[in-house]
Amino acid sequence: MNKTLLIIQREYLTRVKNRRFVLTTILMPLLIVLFISGATYFSIKGKENHKIAVVDANGFFKGNLKSSKDLVFEFPEGVDTTNYLQKGYTDILIIPKFNASEKKPNYIIRSQKRIGLGSEGGISDRVNAALEDHLLQEAGINKSQLDSIHNQSQTAELKAVEENGGSVQESNAGLSYGIGFGSGMLIYITMFIYGAMVMRGVMEEKTNRIAEVMVSSVKPFQLMSGKIIGIGAVGLTQFLMWVVLIIGLSTAAQAFIPHDVMAQVQTLQQTNGQMPGGGMVQAGDAAQKIYKMQHTFSTANWPVIIGCFIFYFLGGYLFYAALFAAVGSVVNEDPQDAQSLMLPITMPIIFSFIIMSNAVQDPNTPMAIWASIIPFSSPMVMMARVAYGIPGTVTYVQLAASMLSLIGGFLFTTWLSGKIYRTGILMYGKKVSWKEMFKWAFRKN
Amino acid sequence: MSQILQLQNLKKYYATQKAVDDISFSIEQGSIFGLLGPNGAGKTTLLRMITGIFFPDSGHIQFDGKEFDPMNDIIKIGYMPEERGLYKKMKIGDQALYLAQLKGLSKSEAMSKIKFWFKRLEMESWWNKKVEDLSKGMSQKLQFVTTVLHEPKLIILDEPFSGLDPVNANLIKDEIYGLAQRGSTIIFSTHRMEQVEEICDHIVLVNLGKKILDGTVQDVKQQFKENKFAVKLAEIPAQINPQGFEITDQKANELTIRIKEGFSGNDVLRSLLNANLTIEAFHEILPSLNEIFIGLVEGTKATTRAFQPLND
Repeated sequence: MNKTLLIIQREYLTRVKNRRFVLTTILMPLLIVLFISGATYFSIKGKENHKIAVVDANGFFKGNLKSSKDLVFEFPEGVDTTNYLQKGYTDILIIPKFNASEKKPNYIIRSQKRIGLGSEGGISDRVNAALEDHLLQEAGINKSQLDSIHNQSQTAELKAVEENGGSVQESNAGLSYGIGFGSGMLIYITMFIYGAMVMRGVMEEKTNRIAEVMVSSVKPFQLMSGKIIGIGAVGLTQFLMWVVLIIGLSTAAQAFIPHDVMAQVQTLQQTNGQMPGGGMVQAGDAAQKIYKMQHTFSTANWPVIIGCFIFYFLGGYLFYAALFAAVGSVVNEDPQDAQSLMLPITMPIIFSFIIMSNAVQDPNTPMAIWASIIPFSSPMVMMARVAYGIPGTVTYVQLAASMLSLIGGFLFTTWLSGKIYRTGILMYGKKVSWKEMFKWAFRKN
Repeated sequence: MSQILQLQNLKKYYATQKAVDDISFSIEQGSIFGLLGPNGAGKTTLLRMITGIFFPDSGHIQFDGKEFDPMNDIIKIGYMPEERGLYKKMKIGDQALYLAQLKGLSKSEAMSKIKFWFKRLEMESWWNKKVEDLSKGMSQKLQFVTTVLHEPKLIILDEPFSGLDPVNANLIKDEIYGLAQRGSTIIFSTHRMEQVEEICDHIVLVNLGKKILDGTVQDVKQQFKENKFAVKLAEIPAQINPQGFEITDQKANELTIRIKEGFSGNDVLRSLLNANLTIEAFHEILPSLNEIFIGLVEGTKATTRAFQPLND
């Protein structure tokens, strides 16, 4: 049996058989689901409630200013800034005398607690709507006409489509953002987790004095690459198990949806969003939502995204894992050495993360394009851009350049680290400087 | 007898020092060879070149009659380095199996050999234990087994007895003799001279990267003898008139003498017999390897070598 294969096997099995691996693999998706649902729950539940006293110098807001569950507008008598708190109001809204020539009249809202961003937006929307209604009424539209307009009002749904070689394809910026940020984030986390795992593995071999025993049987390069590939396989296994778990969980969740709703969803799918019978039969609200969600998801080019993810996940891991292995090989017993030596590796990773979080918003800035080609940052940044579509956002040339430079990049870091590693694992006691590591890397044979 | 290993003008220079500076010697098949030298003399570098971990800067290594080829010859070598260890979290049996497979044994082959050795050294009950549960001596024993398991032609042991109690040290010593008898060649590197005297056929002493001594244990001792003899007399008279020798030490009725140039033991005996003294014993005192070693190494810069400045 090939020796590298034996090493890969050992590195893989000792980790996968570990109880901690099984636990994190199962608990991680549960934690993520819990985190997301918790965040959603609190963002809905945690809304501020405002009971607002309105002091209107014009008198036309009464009846036009619409209250809702968390924003209640009242028009009491004899309330001013000095006593609104005693009278049981949380805020007071002061509307000055209306002046038609003034384009942006000032309204003042006073409160004891600072008003949250969401509530502030809500209040200003309502005031503007009321103002608009008032102006329409001034222009001669009576109240009943206005009410009937409001009742049949439509809200536009923006459907973005992009050119795709003659045909057009529906796109969704929100979804692209989510996919780009999610996969970039995942690559960022896994680089740290598995990179550090490689480093600790190498340090273990060195501090336990196994290194020399091993290199009398195998080449140092085999030992290093076996470890990197073995741990990479652990990462891939974990990732695939998460995918299976998430698909399993969401399938299980579908079982809770009533049967007739699912039937409606299927009809919607067949008819491309239109209910048969010329809109006579309305699909249920739930079915509409599920259909919309599924439809949004189907706008993304999943095979390309998943393919790219696996490529950049592995490429990025291989690129950085080799460097982590080199650092592990020069560290002695003192883990603090590892901290300072790791810095030049962690810095570009963190920096790439920052570029990535900008690139998911603006995937076509020169910075994003270059960072998606340079192998130091390409795994994260390219994933952020790929989510916006190939070849619309990322051209084939850019993708090819990025992939080739990443392959070249990890071959280079592996070669470089191999040379440092070879000398480093057999050195004890002495603290190694960057200068020496550089010398080891570039000397002959 | 054929020679398993021949080193010709091996050199390995580091930035700071000449670790191995033009060393040549050869080792006969089936012999037990002692590689001696103070700390930092270049022994480990030499051994790493013989095991293919390092490439020499210049010079040649002939292994088993051919130019040494690390890729293929590595499986014919078993190396137990001075800095040695095992995977702490791994089970003993798995560990032995893993190391044996890395030496090129198939799984079933490795299995039967591990069972043989574990039985021989009474380690069978250890199989499912982890290395971290073993004492230092026990893990040394395991380390020895993993070194010799694949029946290498050349076995290199660097300080093999460190951490072993006398009982286990003897057990391993007997195994070393046994392996040599079955045709393996053993290179034995140590500072412990009494072990070398006991075990080795042939020794090489290196210091400051150079070979300073090469020969069989007996030859070396002859080479460094100082014509010292011990004479035991029934009774020591108040006055001895030494002719052709001088007395260097006296303990009870035993004298230590040094025979002068141009005289022999017979001359000494004759003069003692002429003086009518009763001789109970008369034998030559050969220097111990320890004395030879210290005599040769002392006064050189051996101890300070490790701290030479970088831009030397």
